[in-house]
Amino acid sequence: MAVIEARRLRKAYKSTVALDGIDLTVEAGRIVGLIGPNGAGKSTALQAILGLMPFEGELRVLGLDPWTARDALMAEVCFIADVAVMPRWMRVWQALDFVAGVHPRFDRAKAEGFLAKTEIKRTSRVRELSKGMVAQLHLALVMAIDARLLVLDEPTLGLDLLYRKAFYDSLLNDYFDGERTILVTTHQVEEIQHILTDLVFINHGRIVLDCSMEAFEARYAEVLAGPDQAATARTFNPIHERQLFGRSIFIFDGADRARLAQLGEVRTPSLADVFVAVMGPLSAPSSSSGERAA
Amino acid sequence: MSKMRTFYWSVRRELWENPALWVAPLAIEAVVLFGYLVSSHTLPRAVANAAAGIKAAKGHATLDTPFAVAAAAAMMISFFVAVFYALGALHNERRDRSLLFWKSLPVSDLTVVASKAVIPLVVQPAIIVVIVFATQLLMLLWATIVLALSGSDLGYYYGHIHLPMIWLMLPYGLVVNALWDAPFYGWLILVSAWARRATFVWAIGPWLALMAFEWMSFQTFHVRDLLGSRLFGGFQLAFTIDGKTTIETLSQVTPMRWLGNPGLWIGLVVGLACFALCVRLRRRNDPI
Repeated sequence: MAVIEARRLRKAYKSTVALDGIDLTVEAGRIVGLIGPNGAGKSTALQAILGLMPFEGELRVLGLDPWTARDALMAEVCFIADVAVMPRWMRVWQALDFVAGVHPRFDRAKAEGFLAKTEIKRTSRVRELSKGMVAQLHLALVMAIDARLLVLDEPTLGLDLLYRKAFYDSLLNDYFDGERTILVTTHQVEEIQHILTDLVFINHGRIVLDCSMEAFEARYAEVLAGPDQAATARTFNPIHERQLFGRSIFIFDGADRARLAQLGEVRTPSLADVFVAVMGPLSAPSSSSGERAA
Repeated sequence: MSKMRTFYWSVRRELWENPALWVAPLAIEAVVLFGYLVSSHTLPRAVANAAAGIKAAKGHATLDTPFAVAAAAAMMISFFVAVFYALGALHNERRDRSLLFWKSLPVSDLTVVASKAVIPLVVQPAIIVVIVFATQLLMLLWATIVLALSGSDLGYYYGHIHLPMIWLMLPYGLVVNALWDAPFYGWLILVSAWARRATFVWAIGPWLALMAFEWMSFQTFHVRDLLGSRLFGGFQLAFTIDGKTTIETLSQVTPMRWLGNPGLWIGLVVGLACFALCVRLRRRNDPI
């Protein structure tokens, strides 16, 4: 049974359609990145999956309807919706006590173990902690829960680089075990590229790309071509072109790598570049030059 | 079993977030107690006067008044704490976005609303009883010491402070209050679940508007009378005061008249309906 099974999932507000009938299947043991520009429908999709919002169409998460069975679902699903949702008045020990009190799958010793590695004091209130420490606390609580699905919605927004890196490191090393499933959205796509197993691009309420990372790497290629090769490269139908230090970087979808190799060095493009290529206007020249000197 | 456990922790959570629920009555009782200590040098004379049949001057305390004041002070401050608690109950979690944290835990909306409803209706009255009893015991202890040292008539004093009556009437009065006020708190918590801002204005605004409309169009006061009876009518039914200042005999206690009043039962139904609506709203609520 798939962990998430959505068929014609739709959500319309008064004036806009946030989700326009998406089909999505997430199997157990995957780490799926849900990626899209602002207003693409990512948060709406996550809210529907978490039972925070009614929806049209079919949606089963761990076999349950999230809207009618949110509390039962939350025994096996964890989510970090934002970095700033821990109640500010709460003390660290109260958070531990409360989650231990209400969550049947919470391992308190494990959470205390994670916290011991941080500088968070048990008597501190959440409002006294730095933003990074609040994220650490929330992650310590969540990682101590033996959940089957973990949903992360911009979990590192506003954190500095060290905390962001540590966040994903501990998630991979201390939490992910190959059976759990993680669904994550973020704008910092380059940070999650190496941890994902699957990728879903969403735009205007529709899924524009849904593939595994292996398929992504086989499908997309990036070539750095000198000025003399650029004209030839354009005949291979690149999906995106940008300029960098007088040379052109092309992204190809499903092109023959052997042929591309004649143009220059062939690499796997970064998620961010493919994101721009797929979402942005086609081959907007020099739109992102200098932004990513990869 | 696990439902009870979840409920228990949800109630504790409320007490963590709102320490005023017990700090406020505790603080006011500390002040009451301090005032009693300050006035206690007059106690031997007051007992002697009362025993000699000299009535206390109008407006002056009889022997049992301080005990009644101790109870009334805690109840009054707790009423205001309860109003502000209820207006924040399902509002604060939306305003500070912690709603998303609470909803990430396996606690049903019904449990959440129930844990918030029992605070003014059950938990707060229990806190008042404990704090008031403790205060009155300390007062009694202090009075005993003062009177014993001055050689006053302790037996007369004990016989005229009506403590057993007060100790019986306080829990009774609190139960009457809680059940009678269920729709009042139901309404406040409903407003807190629904209003995006200015919960206090939304809570009283519609009633003021109704009162104004009623007076302008019909020159009557039915809405005002209804509100008055919803707030204080429980006491008027459950006790017969008849011009006395305190409850002195059991004949003044009329639980059957209170229980037989349809207003009580209609109110309970309205209160339950409000809480049921709260559960529905909580399910759909987003951070604001």
